[in-house]
Amino acid sequence: MQSRRSVVAFAAAALLLGACGTGGGGQGQAGQSSAPAGPKKVTFEFWNLATSEPGKSFWANTIAAYQKMHPNVTIKNVAIENDSYKPKLATTVQSGKAPDVYQHWGGGVLKQHVDAGLVRDLTADVGDLIPNLTTAALTAYQFDGKTWGLPADIGMVGFWYNKALFEKAGIQQPPATWTEFIDAVKKLKAAGVTPIALAGKAKWPGHYYWSYLAMRIAGVPGLQQAADNADFTGPDFVAASQRLKELADLQPFQKGFQGADYSTPDGQAATMGNGKAAMELMGQWAPSVQKDSSKKGLGDDLGFFTFPVVEGGKGAATDAFGGGGGFSLGKDAPQEALDFLKFALGPENHRKMVQVGAALPVYKGEEEAVADPLLKQVAQTVAQATAFQLYLDQAYPPAVGQQVNDSVAELINGTKTPQEVVQDITETAKSEME
Amino acid sequence: MTKTFTGPDARRPALPASPSRRRRRPAAPRGRFLTAFAFVLPALVLFVLLVLAPILIAAYLSLYRWNGVGPPTNFIGLDNYLRAFRHQIFLGDLRNLLIIVALSLLVQLPISLGLALLLNRKIRGRAFYRVMFFAPYVISEAITAVLFSLILSPESGMANQLLSAFGMEGWPWLSDPDTVMISLFLVITWKYFGFHMIIYMAGLQGIPKELTEAASIDGANPWNVFRHVTLPLLAPTIRISVFLSVIGAIQLFDLVWILTGGGPSHASETLAVTMYDYGFRRTQIGYASAISVLMFLLALVFALGYQRTVMRRDVQGALTTMGGGR
Repeated sequence: MQSRRSVVAFAAAALLLGACGTGGGGQGQAGQSSAPAGPKKVTFEFWNLATSEPGKSFWANTIAAYQKMHPNVTIKNVAIENDSYKPKLATTVQSGKAPDVYQHWGGGVLKQHVDAGLVRDLTADVGDLIPNLTTAALTAYQFDGKTWGLPADIGMVGFWYNKALFEKAGIQQPPATWTEFIDAVKKLKAAGVTPIALAGKAKWPGHYYWSYLAMRIAGVPGLQQAADNADFTGPDFVAASQRLKELADLQPFQKGFQGADYSTPDGQAATMGNGKAAMELMGQWAPSVQKDSSKKGLGDDLGFFTFPVVEGGKGAATDAFGGGGGFSLGKDAPQEALDFLKFALGPENHRKMVQVGAALPVYKGEEEAVADPLLKQVAQTVAQATAFQLYLDQAYPPAVGQQVNDSVAELINGTKTPQEVVQDITETAKSEME
Repeated sequence: MTKTFTGPDARRPALPASPSRRRRRPAAPRGRFLTAFAFVLPALVLFVLLVLAPILIAAYLSLYRWNGVGPPTNFIGLDNYLRAFRHQIFLGDLRNLLIIVALSLLVQLPISLGLALLLNRKIRGRAFYRVMFFAPYVISEAITAVLFSLILSPESGMANQLLSAFGMEGWPWLSDPDTVMISLFLVITWKYFGFHMIIYMAGLQGIPKELTEAASIDGANPWNVFRHVTLPLLAPTIRISVFLSVIGAIQLFDLVWILTGGGPSHASETLAVTMYDYGFRRTQIGYASAISVLMFLLALVFALGYQRTVMRRDVQGALTTMGGGR
């Protein structure tokens, strides 16, 4: 009993202390002991998520290279594991300061930081790099006509499918339209194959379906407008919810999917990797997670196709949905931090990042540097995207994003109707606009 | 306050205060009070910083609409509290709390009591059973949850593998909104029945053998001995065990968070899960603080109410009776 109580007490205390905490880091311009000769010494913090290879070595090398060129600069490499990164960053920004250089996913969270005046406006500073970056990569870091961060990685969500199982069900080629897709699901079911692997417990994988359907039916501008007006009750979004309900009614997902997580045993990735389902809608990391959470992954049987178009919809097959990562500067970061960021994510150094497989291309024409053939296909599709939409649970304020995830899960589980889903999302979006 | 310093017998039922007893303890002189204060100070500082201050800050934040970035400025009075009582998920949490409490009291505690009675007898391997039954309590709640998410996994999980070995259909342990609470309760029971069993065993050992023997000699059958001798004498222990069970249910978090995340479709969500979800995922810190304050009030009202009514005789002399017991 004691342990249960103390953990909750801890969670509550963390929630509460977070509010009054004075913030643990990122206060730049620390070491200002001005040396008699040469430029003065500067220390700043660099917060990133690169706790595993190949990103870990890439950043260690980049920092070493920069410090060698600029002996007066000391960069504190703060690499934090993904799950603890978000709470730590959230606690720090509550104190009214952002780290000097920090990694994030852009979108709604970055907007919150910007609105609180914690982030440096980079519009003029990185103006020389912007023309060479892809629109898709920049989406998450530009709003109100200004640039608030530099992208480091961009990918997209699409269907990863098992070619052998498609063949078994007699499906000649990947479906290009929603009708063909529904048809393929039925054929797979008829052939005794589970059509789709889905992590119902994790919720975010489900929101990909709704987002793509909304993009294909309302178009990216339509979706953007709905977000701006905080109104998702339009007929396009009801239609998107209805299409998803039609799919869910076919029971295309693996047994017990409502309790399944993404990368656990019996999770979505393992179900795919073990050949127990024919496809999953997932981002560019899907092949590696499939491999890690199953015996060996699918190897050459794995293929990629983009989300089908919906007949009569305003969206194109080439409109892409996804996200990546990038870096921003805290308001009070020293000038050297900007210099470091431009060095690290400049075209030359970023190409190395792509070559070692630590990121996908953000610069135009960088796709050649991608080694893996499937990832190259993803990178090329992103580069040619006619419009790009960031993950909704990242693009929107966290409360709205989580509501989308929640409502879509309820739609798929059959506990809410399409009408209720768009109303719930709209209600949350409106309350966040106040 | 001085009652806290009156020594180990402070929690015992009041003895008739004899004059000699009074004389031996004159009013504490100032110096002794200062000494006591110096010893209490470190604990007091920690208590204020880590318990009182967070409670007050949470109460303060709960009056704001705040996303956790920058200082809170949007004062909305009690709106967060009004929202909670209209919020389907919050109301669902209260329903789930009642389910857990009811099942705990009606199923878990009787099982624990039965096992305690059994293991209080001289049976072969008694020590072994005691250790085995208590072992789950020692494992942390997070590890228990990971363990059971593997066991209850739909395809490769041990539970469904066993069922299929007997030719039965797999059971949707954690993936069906209608049955997930039952699965959750099974895991809670597995984890905590040993703890309550140990409490009951301690209580049973405090019951003098002479009383049960005397009852038997007077012709009472085993059921009557249990019903009219053991059970009444065990009542204080049962009251404590019920108390811990309810408080634990109010604060249930880690097990649920890891096992189901509150799902599917919020069917297994608890108050603490909702608080965490709204605070850390949705960054509606004001609303999450309001939920945490409501949890605190719920626990406080229950604890005080229970102690002053059901446990009145057990806690006589303790602080919560405000000295009324003496």
